[in-house]
Amino acid sequence: MMAMELPKATGTCVLSIRDLRKAYGDKIAADRISFEVSRGEIVGLLGPNGAGKTTTINMILGVLQPDSGSIHVEGMDLATCRAQALGLTNFAAVYAPLPGNLTVQQNLRVFGLLYGVKGLSERRNALIRQFHLEKFRHVKCGVLSSGEQTRVALAKAMLNQPHLLLLDEPTASLDPVAAREIRSRIRQFAVSGEGGVLWTTHNMVEVQDVCDRVLFLSHGRIMLEGDPKTLPDEHGQPTLEELFISVAREPLTLERT
Amino acid sequence: MLRYFYLLRGTPARWMPVFAWVAIDIVLWGFITRYLNSIASSGLNFVPTLLGAVLLFDFFTRVMHGVAGVFLEDVWSRSFLNLFASPLTIPQYLLGLVVTSTVTSLIGLMVMLVLATAVFGLSFFAYGLTLAPFLLILFLFGVSLGICTCAMVLRLGPSAEWLVWPVPAVISPFAGVFYPISILPHWMQFVGKLLPVSYVFEGLRTIISGGAVPPTSLIVGGGLAVAYVLLACWIFKCVFRHAVRTGILARYSAESLS
Repeated sequence: MMAMELPKATGTCVLSIRDLRKAYGDKIAADRISFEVSRGEIVGLLGPNGAGKTTTINMILGVLQPDSGSIHVEGMDLATCRAQALGLTNFAAVYAPLPGNLTVQQNLRVFGLLYGVKGLSERRNALIRQFHLEKFRHVKCGVLSSGEQTRVALAKAMLNQPHLLLLDEPTASLDPVAAREIRSRIRQFAVSGEGGVLWTTHNMVEVQDVCDRVLFLSHGRIMLEGDPKTLPDEHGQPTLEELFISVAREPLTLERT
Repeated sequence: MLRYFYLLRGTPARWMPVFAWVAIDIVLWGFITRYLNSIASSGLNFVPTLLGAVLLFDFFTRVMHGVAGVFLEDVWSRSFLNLFASPLTIPQYLLGLVVTSTVTSLIGLMVMLVLATAVFGLSFFAYGLTLAPFLLILFLFGVSLGICTCAMVLRLGPSAEWLVWPVPAVISPFAGVFYPISILPHWMQFVGKLLPVSYVFEGLRTIISGGAVPPTSLIVGGGLAVAYVLLACWIFKCVFRHAVRTGILARYSAESLS
């Protein structure tokens, strides 16, 4: 695949979503969702199971077509400039491991070619070093542990130096030490100003540790938005976890702030 | 294509479908034709008629299975989400399937040609220059059926894989591989005339019997093959759009649809 000429970053908004809607029959998975992610920002997307987090992520990835609304990545409309917009995006999800019958090195090369990464060999070697994957370079991904597979998936997600990084519960199956290391890497990515991060997770400690802003999703709607460190106090809850539970139980009593 | 190359390099068993099964077919039919030659009192040489037909039909089958097989590797490894969340476009994806199948099919064809020629004395000079359009028609129709079966699996789920492999066998009675389609019932003749491959095998028998293949026959067969390729690409595009609209594509990684 030819290396794509991608536009330089413009402004601070890397992701803009307006009135996104998706229904499966009578069930509304996403109901007029609107939000933005800025460069250097880590936005947490929280919500109970079935709230619409993965639906939202899949629509941003272009693998699920919204019924209405718009998605812009670095100002490019995903609906009309799909390949260019996705060239600026990448993702890692616990339910989307890399092909297990290829080695770490092979997987990174294949996906590097798909994303049109220039200087692929150097980039791949740098990521292998950065994610401590040297001893797994020639090991098939299918035999790696869940933590190791997560590191490979994140290395793949960083291949094209994305302007928008989507992470769907990346630390779900990791032990605390491995999870902290992954969070550190993601924070480094955001702090470096390379791009913005949209992160879904159920781990409230992780949210407070990493996220600059959180969006609470319930029944396909954004119920709350704000700084995870101050949001609980603003809504009279002692912790973010208690706030999450109250949102999950009685979403209609809350207004988006 | 690179991914499939890595898989072939890393797993020797994957080479079996590339050439082993077709080689066994050539050996089997080679000895059948030799036996028939020894007992037939008519003096007819069965080698170019039967063995040549088997070789060409196996090439067609290899092309079709090659396209579907590469697609199924992505199904089995649950790669759709990673693949289609990248800048990869549908035409690029289909082209990758076709190019990969072309390479593996050519390897299978070479193996078959060497065996058939060296061991059983099949001479492809007997078919003349029309061998090239024959192979092209078979290749194009194989590609179109391969893409159609990929669309079928994408639409119906991974369990539909079992419908992929028997497709050439289902087509073979109508294609007139070993007999002229004129001996078939009318309704089967009608179906046969809609299949590009039937024009190839009718042409093959015409050449063996000393005649010349009518140019219109090649034009019709080739035109049908091209039309089926375009139709198959359109069908795949429609099914893919449906998969994106309904969320099937995203769920292929999250869960099995069957």
